[in-house]
Amino acid sequence: MTLLSLENLTVRRGLCPVVENVSLTVAEGEFVGLIGPNGAGKTSLLRGALGLLPFEGRSSLASLAPRLRARAAAFLPQGRDIAWPVTVEALVALGRGAYVAAADADREAVERALDRMGLQAYRARSATALSGGEQARVLIARALAQETPLLLADEPVAGLDPEAQLKTMEVFRTLAAEGRGVVASIHDLGLAARSCTRLILLQAGRVVADGPPREVLSDDNLARVFGVRGFHAETEDGPVFQPMGVVR
Amino acid sequence: MKVLFALSALVALLFMGSLLIGPAGLGLGQSLAALFSGQGGAVVLVMQEIRLPRALLGLMAGASLGLSGAAMQGYLRNPLAEPGLIGVSASAALGAVLALQTGVAALFALALPLAALAGAAVAVLLILALAGPRGGALTLILAGVAISALAAAATSLVLNLSPNPFAAMEIVYWMMGSLADRSMDHVWLAAPFMAVGMVMLLSLGRGLDALTLGEDAAASMGVNLTRLRLVVIFGTALAVGASVSVAGSIGFVGLVVPHILRPLVGAKPSRLLAASALGGAAMVLAADIAVRLIAPDQDLKLGVLTALIGAPFFLHLIWRLRGEEA
Repeated sequence: MTLLSLENLTVRRGLCPVVENVSLTVAEGEFVGLIGPNGAGKTSLLRGALGLLPFEGRSSLASLAPRLRARAAAFLPQGRDIAWPVTVEALVALGRGAYVAAADADREAVERALDRMGLQAYRARSATALSGGEQARVLIARALAQETPLLLADEPVAGLDPEAQLKTMEVFRTLAAEGRGVVASIHDLGLAARSCTRLILLQAGRVVADGPPREVLSDDNLARVFGVRGFHAETEDGPVFQPMGVVR
Repeated sequence: MKVLFALSALVALLFMGSLLIGPAGLGLGQSLAALFSGQGGAVVLVMQEIRLPRALLGLMAGASLGLSGAAMQGYLRNPLAEPGLIGVSASAALGAVLALQTGVAALFALALPLAALAGAAVAVLLILALAGPRGGALTLILAGVAISALAAAATSLVLNLSPNPFAAMEIVYWMMGSLADRSMDHVWLAAPFMAVGMVMLLSLGRGLDALTLGEDAAASMGVNLTRLRLVVIFGTALAVGASVSVAGSIGFVGLVVPHILRPLVGAKPSRLLAASALGGAAMVLAADIAVRLIAPDQDLKLGVLTALIGAPFFLHLIWRLRGEEA
């Protein structure tokens, strides 16, 4: 089943299009990595798809009423500011705001999210007193507590330590394996290559490649879009990719 | 829940205190009996026509200010926000000042509060035009600052052109904020506006909670930000505009009360709303009792006292924030 479909999505900042004529669909079971250099339009694509920015074209999510959209897709913004010193548990529970569910159901969803992100030990602590990486994990847990078919995450692993990065990607992979869909913008190409089932490569607001990681991270695409060359290998831990040198 | 219960008890206590303290020096039993008595007589008159409206207005104005402060801080995600920020207080004051200056205030009993309400309404129209359906939190702050500055300038102009020092004094005294010599008419005039405004603000809990994580996150969690902003503006304008119209400018309540209570409710904006309404009522009732005890013969103004307590607290707040940012 399709969880997200965009048709000719264009997002403008001023007159300048930052996302241009993007059409794509995301289905159940997919973990899509959104990659591209700085300014390629990754964030604008995610925000436009949700209707958080004015856009042209069509998005299956943006046409929903706010509450219904919040039950169809969770969004993890790039900004990680937490305004008030609420407890971790209370913050994660914010993800339940769009539901008119029994208190028990909400509590269970919060417990599952805390479990998945390994945050049970933190639940009573003040969210603003945690380190940046810990806060990032708490915010991911908030999005997970929303328990939506689709999760859109903007740079979810930026600033996390290696263990937390790998664990978070593993959580996303598990979500996809359970039949949900995940779209995450990711700067670390190696991490994206290892974990995602599909990569979408953006350049100057346009999709220039869309497919399995090994195809999208071709020598040609890497040189043309990122200006680097890379090293690929197959290991017993899965595919390895590492940018090696600048080509221009 | 415990916090709300404790605050309710405190408000009830202070409300009783407000009823029992005054220059007439009535006994406890005598006062309470007079409050519910249908008979005439001096004691009944003092209780029903002077002290009861005073205590009720303290309760209502305080609750309005505390609640609006909590809503404004939650909406702007900033502990330094206060209800006067959107320019409604300054504009309501300007309306009242114009009524005093032109003599309209002397025409009939409620002319002054009505003029103040009109001033508040003008400010709301302006702020809606500038930061209504479109525009975000920053536009709202900037528009509010501009409107406040304009209203303050116009108020100064009126004082400047005032025909004699007595007229100027009357205006200055009114602006200091007071609950003295108000009638039940004032209560009935302000109550509907405050009630509607407070109900609007109390409905915002879920949206303000979601805003803890920023506008994008809140919108993605199903919060209609445009609607939220309009309800914040209208609710604050109704509650604060009505409060200024009957009690003048009572500063710092909306700033200080949410800040004191925030740690007690786990910092959740939704839980802070009702608590701040009660806390605001308690603070204004307490301050109004204090002005009567400190200087029974001098008509010490309520707004002067709240600012005297509030401003040092504000400095303390800045001091602490500075420490956190370093």
